[in-house]
Amino acid sequence: MKSKWLIPAVLLLVCLIATGARAGSLKVDGSTTVLPIAQKVAEAFMKEFPDVTISVSGGGSGNGIKALIDGLADIADSSRFIKDEEVKLAVQKGAYPVPFAVAHDCIVPVVNPANSLTDIKMDQLKDIYMGKIRNWKELGGPAGEIVVISRDTSSGTYEVWEEKVMKKERVFPGALLQASNGAIVQAVSKNKNAIGYVGIGYLDKSVKGLTVNGVPGNEETTLNGRFPISRALYMFTRGWPTGDALKLINYVLHPLKGQKIVKEAGFVPLY
Amino acid sequence: MIAKRQTRERLIRLIFLLTASISILVLSTIVLFLFVEGAPILGKVSLTGFLFGREWYPTSSPPDFGILPLLVASLAVTSLSALIAIPLGVMTAVYLAEIASARVREIAKPVFELLAALPSVVIGFFGMVVVAPFLQDTFDIATGLNLFNASLMLAFMSVPTICSISEDAVHSVPKDLKEASLALGATHMETILRVIVPASLSGISTAVILGMSRAIGETMVVLMVAGGAAMIPGSIFNPVRPMPASIAAEMAEAPFGSDHYHALFAIGIALFIFTMLFNLVADAIAQKHKQVGAATL
Repeated sequence: MKSKWLIPAVLLLVCLIATGARAGSLKVDGSTTVLPIAQKVAEAFMKEFPDVTISVSGGGSGNGIKALIDGLADIADSSRFIKDEEVKLAVQKGAYPVPFAVAHDCIVPVVNPANSLTDIKMDQLKDIYMGKIRNWKELGGPAGEIVVISRDTSSGTYEVWEEKVMKKERVFPGALLQASNGAIVQAVSKNKNAIGYVGIGYLDKSVKGLTVNGVPGNEETTLNGRFPISRALYMFTRGWPTGDALKLINYVLHPLKGQKIVKEAGFVPLY
Repeated sequence: MIAKRQTRERLIRLIFLLTASISILVLSTIVLFLFVEGAPILGKVSLTGFLFGREWYPTSSPPDFGILPLLVASLAVTSLSALIAIPLGVMTAVYLAEIASARVREIAKPVFELLAALPSVVIGFFGMVVVAPFLQDTFDIATGLNLFNASLMLAFMSVPTICSISEDAVHSVPKDLKEASLALGATHMETILRVIVPASLSGISTAVILGMSRAIGETMVVLMVAGGAAMIPGSIFNPVRPMPASIAAEMAEAPFGSDHYHALFAIGIALFIFTMLFNLVADAIAQKHKQVGAATL
């Protein structure tokens, strides 16, 4: 009597496992800067391909690449290029990481529209954020204490600033902190002595973007590498991507799909 | 019959015990979690280095985890807002309970209580968009996002709490006390100052503590209007970064399990101990001035 039920039950179980296996799943881990792109792309992708589930987490670029090397993630988001030691380690473990640039990050220094300044040099920016230049007078403007506005230290925007502008020096403690790009725009637009920095997607009419070393921050100067405060953002795959991973990478690079999302998230699309 | 009733009695008692222990259990779990997550930072910096270090650079290498600027900022913002809110709140309460006519009281009290319902993000936004530019222009200071602005906004938030609870305390002073005082020839003012306020001191201090507790733990307002500079303020117009603002701004992106993550939890512990001490002091004051009947005054 019992065996009569056993066979259908086993069959059912096999079926369930089989469908479970057929529905692909991808793990994406890595940079918190790329996280908004990855999340939105994953949502849109899963809507288009409902049989693929993608789990996205943001443990930082280093952790993402480590997870990729260990086979714990299929795709690693990174806000920097892979390091030599990481490549060596990956090859040792039989994985060859393949980089795909998916977007560019461009950070523009902003001041109040009432400020007469239009251009600033990289070392002036550094001195302002180190607290060495404290008055607009030193930059040729009318006298007034510079109100320096910076981002919280764990944000990706701050990371670019620290890497490209500060060059390992610390932002002085007198700098005001705002927790988002939007808050910086808000604060700078309300204070004629303020200077801040935002991702290019957040520039609007209430603040004035400065040219850096004479180069305006826009999509063109970011893509040709002339604007100094910019960087490429990557997704790494374990070996040349196949199957669902390939589909996802293609989706991210698609001008009307992934790249549109990149732009919406406040980054510079590839083309 | 009696046995059945006793079982029912026991059952009810058990249910109440259970509900009471749930909240205690939840609270102790949270406290335990806080300490477990925060303690590992002490392996990286000493306790004095953590509490009295002047540099807060959690993400640079090597990092610095000194929270003295944040600690001082929290203290400064809370005490300044207390300076503004306590007189305002208590005096309004006395006015409403003792001086105002019944009709004024009926309208004014609900309006004050409605103020308490304003979401903190709305108050923060008001401080950022309206008060900050006003302060900048009026006092000709570098930035309106500073200690004073934050204290003012926090005072806004705690005045309704202080006022409403103090008013209840003042209102519930036994009538015979007041009448006795008046019968002895004291004026209305003297009665308020010498009899009614001392008699309701216990309730007023509870009100003040509840109001201040709201101010010290308040996150959104200080995140938006305190400015966020991690330095020890030299004047009330300097930007500061109180502890809750630092936790809120940095927690979202601090990698899980990193030193930065543990340091943020350790700030949470400091904040917790801070608030607890505050409550203990308040409790002691309330106990000392407790009004038992009409005889102890």
